[in-house]
Amino acid sequence: MRDFSYLRADSIDAARQAAALPGAMLLAGGTTLIDLAKCGVTEPETVVDITHLKGLDGITVDDRGATIGSLARMSSVADHADVKSRFPAVSEALWQAASAQLRNMATIGGNLMQRTRCPYFRDPANFPACNKRTPGSGCSAIGGVTRGHAVLGTSEACIATYPGDLATALVAFDAIVHLGDRQVAVDDFFLLPGATPDKEHAIAPGEMITAISILASAAARRSTYLKVRDRQSYEFAAASAAVGIEFEADGRTIRDLRVALGGVGTKPWRARAVEEALKGKLLEPDTVRRASQLAIEGAVDHGANHYKIELAPRVVARAILKMGETA
Amino acid sequence: MTVHDVRSRHGDSKRGDASDGAILAEAVGGRLSRIDGPAKITGAAKYAVEQQLEGLSHAVLVESTIAAGKVRSIDTAAAESAPGVLLVLMPDNALRLNTATDWLGTPPPDIPYCPLARDITFSGQHVAAVVAESFEQAVAAAALVKVAYHETPAIVDLDDPKAGDGIPIDTMTKEWGDAQAAFAAAPVRICAAYNTPREYQAPMEPHGLIAHWQGDQLTVWEPSQWLDGMARTYAEWFGVPFENVRLVSPFIGGGFGSKAFAYGYGAVAAMAAKMLGRPVKLAVTRPQTFTAYGGRAATRQTVALGADAEGRIQSIVHRGVNETSVDGMWVEPLGSVTSIMYATPNFSSRQNVVRVNTVVPGALRAPGENPSAFGVECAIDELAYEVGIDPLEIRLRNYAEQDPEANKPWSTRRLREAFAAGAEAFGWSKRAPEPRSMRDGNQLIGWGVAAGTYPVRRAYGEAMVRILADGSVEVESSSIDMGQGTYTILAQTAAEVVGVAAEKVVVKLGDSRYARAGVTGGSRLAGVMTGAVHKAATAALDELVGLAISDPNSPFHALQANTLVVANGRIASPRGDGPEVSIAELLGSVGRSQIEAMGDTMPANSTADDRYKNYTTIATALSHTEGDYSRHSWCAHFIEVRVDEDFGTVRVSRVVSALDSGRLYNPKLAESQWKGGIIMGIGQALLEEGIVDRRHGRIVNNNLADYLIATNADIPDIEVISVGIPDPHSSALGGKGVGELGIVGVAPAIANAVFHATGKRVRDLPITLEKLI
Repeated sequence: MRDFSYLRADSIDAARQAAALPGAMLLAGGTTLIDLAKCGVTEPETVVDITHLKGLDGITVDDRGATIGSLARMSSVADHADVKSRFPAVSEALWQAASAQLRNMATIGGNLMQRTRCPYFRDPANFPACNKRTPGSGCSAIGGVTRGHAVLGTSEACIATYPGDLATALVAFDAIVHLGDRQVAVDDFFLLPGATPDKEHAIAPGEMITAISILASAAARRSTYLKVRDRQSYEFAAASAAVGIEFEADGRTIRDLRVALGGVGTKPWRARAVEEALKGKLLEPDTVRRASQLAIEGAVDHGANHYKIELAPRVVARAILKMGETA
Repeated sequence: MTVHDVRSRHGDSKRGDASDGAILAEAVGGRLSRIDGPAKITGAAKYAVEQQLEGLSHAVLVESTIAAGKVRSIDTAAAESAPGVLLVLMPDNALRLNTATDWLGTPPPDIPYCPLARDITFSGQHVAAVVAESFEQAVAAAALVKVAYHETPAIVDLDDPKAGDGIPIDTMTKEWGDAQAAFAAAPVRICAAYNTPREYQAPMEPHGLIAHWQGDQLTVWEPSQWLDGMARTYAEWFGVPFENVRLVSPFIGGGFGSKAFAYGYGAVAAMAAKMLGRPVKLAVTRPQTFTAYGGRAATRQTVALGADAEGRIQSIVHRGVNETSVDGMWVEPLGSVTSIMYATPNFSSRQNVVRVNTVVPGALRAPGENPSAFGVECAIDELAYEVGIDPLEIRLRNYAEQDPEANKPWSTRRLREAFAAGAEAFGWSKRAPEPRSMRDGNQLIGWGVAAGTYPVRRAYGEAMVRILADGSVEVESSSIDMGQGTYTILAQTAAEVVGVAAEKVVVKLGDSRYARAGVTGGSRLAGVMTGAVHKAATAALDELVGLAISDPNSPFHALQANTLVVANGRIASPRGDGPEVSIAELLGSVGRSQIEAMGDTMPANSTADDRYKNYTTIATALSHTEGDYSRHSWCAHFIEVRVDEDFGTVRVSRVVSALDSGRLYNPKLAESQWKGGIIMGIGQALLEEGIVDRRHGRIVNNNLADYLIATNADIPDIEVISVGIPDPHSSALGGKGVGELGIVGVAPAIANAVFHATGKRVRDLPITLEKLI
C-alpha cells in the first residue's frame, strides 16, 4: 500500500511549515487530490489537512470589493447574495462548474489549484510521456486525441487546457491571490507552460492560498459567465467567456470592458486586445463580432481542437452583446 | 433479503383492497410503484460486492498497455514482496481451466482457457492479477508488476488502412427482387453512409464479484443478467457440476446488456479464491468497464433508397460493417430494421465484420436494431426531402402492412396508431416544412420524427409459487431485477392469480438456487416470467381451492361447491352462500403449512437436458417469426431540438414518443423504461463516443467525466404514450418487449430534427458542436 503521513494542521503557520516538507500536499476539499492519487498522478508523502483551520472560509463583500477565504466552498460562494449581485460572473462561473456534489466539497483555494483534464496527464501507466508530470519526458497529447486541448498559450512541451471556470472570471476582474503576506495578481498566479509545464502556479513550497480578493467595479457588477459545452451539466467548457461591461452615461458607449476566456488556453486567458478594441466604441453587433476575433490572436490548433478557434470569438461576442442587452 | 421486508418496515399501509382504492394498482396492468425502490433509496439494498465475508481478500488486475503483440516477460518480484500480497497470478502459474460452452450452446473446443493473456490483442487486456489482504495493498502491488512486451502494429479501428473490408457474414444476407437494378431504374435515389462510434453501457454499478469456494462448491456474488448461464460458465471453467455453483445477484445497478456473461475477470477471481482457499473480491474499476468487456461495436452503413416520384420505395440496398475483436466474433445485425420497417419490392442487405484490436464488443440496449434504425430512419428522412413530402407522410406511404422479409402478417403492429398519437400530441401538423424555417433568437428549431422497433424474443420460463401458512404468497425465480421492475410485476401477477394484495407477495430473485431462468436480455424477461408465475400461481390456487372443497376438515367441505373464489386473501363460494375464511384460516383447518407449485412453460415432453439447455443457453429461444406471425414492438419518436446557430450546440427541448409494447403489465414501470431508453438515446445522439488514441489503440476517455452520458440537465420533459393492445401471439399475458424499444429510433429522430433546424445532415454520431459550427 502506498503509505503516506496524514497531518492535521492546527494553524496556518503549522500548515505552511508542513507544506514546505518534500512531498507534502495540502488537503482541502480533496476533489482533485484524491482523484489524482487514484490515477497515480500524485503520490504525496504527507497530506496536510487544512480543512479544520478557522477563519479561512469567510466571504465578505462590501463597496470596495470581495474577499473570499480559501476554504470557502464553491457552493457557498456561488450562492452568496452579494457575490451574485456585485460579481455575477463569479457566481455564474461557479454554478456552471463541476457537479453539485463537487461544488459542496471543493474549496476556492483548491479550485484555483485544480489540474488539467488532459487524458494523457491522467494516465501515467499507459502514457509515461508527460512533461507536466515528468519534466523532459515528452508530450503524449501532441499527435493524439486533442479535442479538448488548448489553442492559446501552448508550447512544444504542453498543450493541456486549464480546466477551471472560476479563475476565468477572476482573471477578467484582476483578482488578487493572497498567499499569507504575499499577494499575486491572479493573471500572474497562473503560469504559461513554456518549457516547464510542471510549474503551473506562482506559489512556492510552504506557501498557501489564504484568500482571494476582487475590487468592486461597475464592470464586475454588470458581468456574466457564458459557458459553451457538450452537455449541460458536469462538463468542462468547450469555450467560455467571462465578460463585464461599463457604459458611459449614454448607455451605449463602452467605457470599461473585461473579457477573459476559459476552456481554450493553457491558463485562464485575458483578452485585452478585445477590451482595447471596444473601449470607447458604441456597442453594435458587427463591431463586437469583429473585435471578438482578437480573442484568439495567436491561436494554434492541433487538429481536433480547431473548432475552439471558431467557437471562442463567438462566445465572447455573445457574452458582450448579452451584457449590452441588459443596459 | 426480500424486498417486501423492507417495504413493510417503511410502513406502507396500503391494504390493497377496495377500502383504499388501490386494488387496480396492484393487479396486473396497475401502476404499482417499484417495491424495491425504498430499499435502493435508503441504501438497504445490498449489492453483490458489498457482501461481508470472513477472510475476504482483494484482487486487482494488471492490464496490457499495448494494443497488439506479445508479453515478453513479467517481473513480479517487487509485487510479491510488497506488504499484504497473497498471490501474483499470471499465465505461468494460473490454474488450467476448461473452455466453456458459449451462450448459443456451441460445444466448446477441448482447449484450456486462461483469462490472463500472453498474446495481446487489445489495450487493457488482463495480463496478470495481484491478490492481497486489502484493496489498497493490491492496488499498490499491481503497480509494481513490470510487464515487458514485444509490440506489433495494431489495427486500431474501422478507419485503419490495415482494417480491410472484413469477413462477409452470409447469415446476415437478405435479398428479394432485384434491388440493384430497381435502384438504378428508380426516378428518385438517395444513397448515404451512416456511422456510429463505439458506445459503452456505463452502468452506475461497475462490474465485479466475490468468489468463495467451500470444497468443490463455488458461490459467486456478482451482478448478473443471467444467473444460470453464468453459473454454467463457472462450472465448466472449473470442471465442477452445474449444481455446485451458486450465483447470487439480488440487485443490479444497471446492465444494459453488459452483465449477462461471466467474463475473464470472473475467472481470475474464482481461480485466485480456489488457489488461496479464501474468498476473493474483484471490483472492476470504472476505466476497466471500457476494456474488461465490450460495449457496442462501431458501425458503418450505406443505405440506398430508390423511389418513385411520390416517394414510394422501389428498392433498398443496404451494406453494413461492424468491428469485432481479433480473436472473438460479434455481429451487430445492421439490417434488422432495414428489412422490416418499410414495404419494398426489392431489397438487398449484406454485412461484413472487421477485426480490429479491441475487446470483443457486446450487447448494448437493442444491439442491431439501434444502429440499423439510425441508418434507415435517417435515409427515409433524406428521401422525404428529396421527394418534397412530409417525413411523417413518407413513412405512412411506405407502411409495411405485413413483414416484408418473413412474408407473414404482424401479430400486432400499432405503428400507424403510434404515428397518429405522437403527431397529435406533438403538434406535428404545425411544422414548417423547410429546413432553417423555425427560429427563436439564436436558436434554430427543428422537428424530427423516426420510428423504432424491436423483435419479441420469447423463451420458456419457470417459477416457484408458495402459499404460506400465514396466507402470504412467495415467488421464487433465479431471474433478476436490474431496475426494470421484475420484483413488482411478478408480485402483481401472483397477487392477481391467487387473490391476495400485492404486499402479501414476497418475491425472491437473484439466486441460482431458485427456480431457473434464462437470460434477462432482448426485452424478454417480463413476458417469460409473468407467464411462468401465472402458470405456477394458477397451479397453487387450484390446489388451494381443491383442498378447500375436498378436505374433510375444510369449512367448505359441506358446501359441495364446484369451485370457490379467492379475493383479498379470503376464500368464499362464488355466490357468497357459505362461509368466508382467510387463506391462513383454511390452511390451519386442513393442517397444511404451505402449498407449493412449480410451474414452467416448457413443452410437456421436455427432458431434463432440454430444460438445462433452455435456462443456460439461448439455443431454445423461439424465433419472433416462428409459426404464423411476425412479432415486434413498435414506436414513433417526435423530437424537437434547439441548435445554437453560433455555437453548434444541440439541445433536445421536447420529446413525444408513442409506443406499442402490447399489453403493459405495469404502465408506470413500462413508461419509466421507455423514458430510460429515450434518455440513453439522447446521449447516444449527442454525446457518447469512445475515443481512440490511434497511435496506441487505446480508449482515452475511459471515465464518466470524459465519456459523456446525458445528465438531468440535458433531458427535457418526455411524454410517452402507450398505443399497444394485448398481443396473444407474443406472450402469455399479451405483452411485447419494453426495455430496448425506447432507444431505437431516438438518434435518427434527433439527427432528422437537426437537419430540419440547420439544413445540415450529420450522419456520424454523436452530433457534436464541431460538426455544426
